[in-house]
Amino acid sequence: MKHSIRVPLIVVLVLTIFCYSFSAGKQNVPIVKIPWLDSMLHIQNDTTYVLNFWATWCIPCVAELPAFDSLQIAYSKQKVKVLLISLDYVKKRTEQVIPFLTKERIQAEVVLLNEPNANAWINSVDTNWSGALPATLLVNNNTSFRYFLEKELNFELLDSILKTNFINR
Amino acid sequence: MTRPFTILLLFFLSVSLVSHADGGKQGYTVGDTIVDFKLLSIDGTHKSLKNYEKEKGIILIFTCNHCPFSVAYEDRIIALHKKYAMMGYPVLAINPNDPTAKPIDSYENMVERAEDKAFPFDYLQDETQEIAKRFGATKTPHVYILKRQQKIFTVEYIGAIDDNAFEPDGVHKIAEYALDQLTTDLPVSLKATKAVGCGIKWKK
Repeated sequence: MKHSIRVPLIVVLVLTIFCYSFSAGKQNVPIVKIPWLDSMLHIQNDTTYVLNFWATWCIPCVAELPAFDSLQIAYSKQKVKVLLISLDYVKKRTEQVIPFLTKERIQAEVVLLNEPNANAWINSVDTNWSGALPATLLVNNNTSFRYFLEKELNFELLDSILKTNFINR
Repeated sequence: MTRPFTILLLFFLSVSLVSHADGGKQGYTVGDTIVDFKLLSIDGTHKSLKNYEKEKGIILIFTCNHCPFSVAYEDRIIALHKKYAMMGYPVLAINPNDPTAKPIDSYENMVERAEDKAFPFDYLQDETQEIAKRFGATKTPHVYILKRQQKIFTVEYIGAIDDNAFEPDGVHKIAEYALDQLTTDLPVSLKATKAVGCGIKWKK
């Protein structure tokens, strides 16, 4: 009897915390390093990853963020994962990056890549990337789908690229 | 038997020629010769490579007023000029951004910024953006170190100033390594690097 009550209680508690954190839109923004990026670029599963490189100081990056949120919602029933990779200064994480995400109500998952020496990792994302922001890589290692863009994007463009990825399967 | 092959060959040849003809997007690579250009500087005069014919080379940097990465590097660019101009490698800054996209990058604001920061080097406006395209510049800051032989300037290094925009202390001064090698007549050991920067604001 005791046991049967405890389980639903825990479930309710977990759900409450989950819903609260979701509705508050509070982003945690974990700090990541090159090994994390490498693992994301080479992860072997059937999810298509949309990796967007951005920064709060980059105006075209900020302008296109809502399109990535819309994309994540539009593809919520498919194996698509949007990841926003911030290249902001790590010391601005709590005072600038997190408040910005809260203010703009960005829901997609955000990490901060703390690797200021971009020369050490830019080519692993794409050899054609000059380093200009914004930049986006769509990648699915199971289907060898890979599409890199060094420009500002909108939802229609992202959607069209993702659709070709699903057709090719 | 051979005719279709010849036609095919001609076709691919013409395609490759066409793609090279408009291949300005790729821009200069290390070893390339620079075609001279003339742009308006903050002192109201037009400057070209001819103004640098007494120098050993040029530290040509595409930069601008608005980009936080450019601003973060301003003092380091001034320091580069102060250190290397006397060794024959002055800085030549070029702003390639469309001022209608970024009013802060207008010619008037360039003059003002140069005065505020007492830029000791030429700061030119690439109004048509043709020079940035010819170089293959994509972002600010974007460095091209040029070496002069007689009247010809060639590219010796392309890329970053150093390896940390946020923290100037304790960085690898990559552009300085190249300059130290050039000023002692050594070949450059690291000829190209990549850095994050603000994408150039192209005219629409």
